[in-house]
Amino acid sequence: MAVKKFVVGSFDDEAVLFPAVKKVRTAGYKIHDVYTPFPIHGLDHAMGLRETSLHTAGFIYGITGTTTALSFMSWVFTTDWPMNIGGKPHFPLPAFIPITFELTVLFAAVGMVLTFCYLCQLAPFVKKHIFHPRQTDDLMIMAIEVTEKTNAEEVKAFLASVGAKEINEQVAETGWWFGRYDKEDTFYNKAVTA
Amino acid sequence: MKDQFVVPARFKTTSFVLLAIGLLTLLIGFFVFHGEHSTRFWAGLLQNVSFFMLVTLASTFFIGVTTLAHGGWQISFRRVPEAISMVVPVMAIITFVVLMAIVYGGQEHIYHWVNKEHVEHDRLLSWKSAFLNPTFFTVALVLTLGLWSFFTVKIRRMSLEEDTWTMTPDLSKKLVWRNTVWCAGFIVVFSLSVGSTTPWLWLMSIDAHWFSTMYSWYTFASTWVSGIAVIVLFVVYLKSKGYLPNVNEEHMHDLGKFLFAFSIFWTYLWFSQYMLIWYANMPEETVYFQPRVWGEFRPVFFLNLIVNFIVPLLFLMKRSVKRNYTALVFISVLIIVGHWVDFFQMVAPATSNNELHFPWFELGIGVGFVGLIMLLAGRQLTKAPLTPKNHPYLRESIIHHT
Repeated sequence: MAVKKFVVGSFDDEAVLFPAVKKVRTAGYKIHDVYTPFPIHGLDHAMGLRETSLHTAGFIYGITGTTTALSFMSWVFTTDWPMNIGGKPHFPLPAFIPITFELTVLFAAVGMVLTFCYLCQLAPFVKKHIFHPRQTDDLMIMAIEVTEKTNAEEVKAFLASVGAKEINEQVAETGWWFGRYDKEDTFYNKAVTA
Repeated sequence: MKDQFVVPARFKTTSFVLLAIGLLTLLIGFFVFHGEHSTRFWAGLLQNVSFFMLVTLASTFFIGVTTLAHGGWQISFRRVPEAISMVVPVMAIITFVVLMAIVYGGQEHIYHWVNKEHVEHDRLLSWKSAFLNPTFFTVALVLTLGLWSFFTVKIRRMSLEEDTWTMTPDLSKKLVWRNTVWCAGFIVVFSLSVGSTTPWLWLMSIDAHWFSTMYSWYTFASTWVSGIAVIVLFVVYLKSKGYLPNVNEEHMHDLGKFLFAFSIFWTYLWFSQYMLIWYANMPEETVYFQPRVWGEFRPVFFLNLIVNFIVPLLFLMKRSVKRNYTALVFISVLIIVGHWVDFFQMVAPATSNNELHFPWFELGIGVGFVGLIMLLAGRQLTKAPLTPKNHPYLRESIIHHT
């Protein structure tokens, strides 16, 4: 990915964060992301993020599970190895339903978890830049990308005017890299003192 | 802000017309199905009173469960299920009259077990006679109908009384506490009646030799999802007339989720009942499904599954559909009709010698009950402001976000 420059502001109140997001967007600055320690309802709409496609993916995984279960079982019991079980027909649909249901749920669940991890770039040994160590604790962190058209000092002043508490400038890798969060402690200390 | 409902003239006319259709059908049915044909007359009534009785009771159950779960989102439209639930006492009287007429009027083609002589020569029925006898039936009926009506009226009265309070923190606590206690009492009664014995006595005993432990829950699921559909219809209607300003698509989304989830819940119970019987393949159990799957009722049997499972499953899956008023009205009407058909195929086969007739009589009576519910619930809605302004969870409902 790319190394970019950011102006980072921290907020300690949802009620301040929401209008701030709105003002920053109206002012035309590019919000890289907002990190919050807990899910905030409606923040995605305020930030103008598009609706997630995770549920569509889930539907496709589910349908795949249904098809896999039904086609495999019918192939086994009608073509490959027909068995007489309690005198039931070779294509006993009611008996297939529970397994079909379970495979649908299994495919949908596992598929969606993996897709979610992929979308959030979460995996063991995958590391991303953390803008503020307290973003998983009690602060909401807004990172604004500094493009060639943006004046960093101006953004800082603007963030202060909309109610941000700690404001600093950071140069950070936007993508992920191989690494472990427990290894580079100095990284955190730097961010705290900044 | 419009908060005081006034029944529009068109609403009133519609309800009276529907009620008149019902009464006319009742009259025609009375003359067409007399003497030896009276079985169909009473079976049609039995199907409709059980269905609409339990569907209106579902509103009380809705208030009960949401209160016990300390839900706040439903407060802004809580007066709607309250108003529908106030139909319960009237439905209880009608149900009492119809069921007593069947039991004591000697309708043994509906309830075989009312014929004493027959029971004596029937080993299975004589074993069951401690439970399936007119006295027990009557006592259970009076108790359940009485308790349902009592709790429903009590919960409604408390809600209306709370409007006159001047709120303090202590009164708020008292409000939540006493609602919780009374709703818990109702849920106990409800689970012991609708969740177990009521469907056995009213409906399963039509096929008195047959038994299924899933039956009550399956019946309950059927009426519960239809009850939610009725609430949706009333809420959307009020919304379209400019009432309920605090209800928006967030609340509809949650009601839509209920419709979606409990349609699947119904299917789960329906299938659990079907599959166990299909698998074991024992004659005394398959006797119930034989005429339904392989007899004249085959189309009704599969229609039931399509309308009540496949359509809600696929239709309500998308988020935007659950937030769309028109779509919710469409699926609610479909679900109510679908579960009415479900009740039809519970009652009709055993009471018509497994012959399928076009249910004009049953439909007419059903339309009459729809009119009755519209009329009574509409009247109840006018009796109080539509927002319970003193409920401490009201704000939670106003800022509700799904």
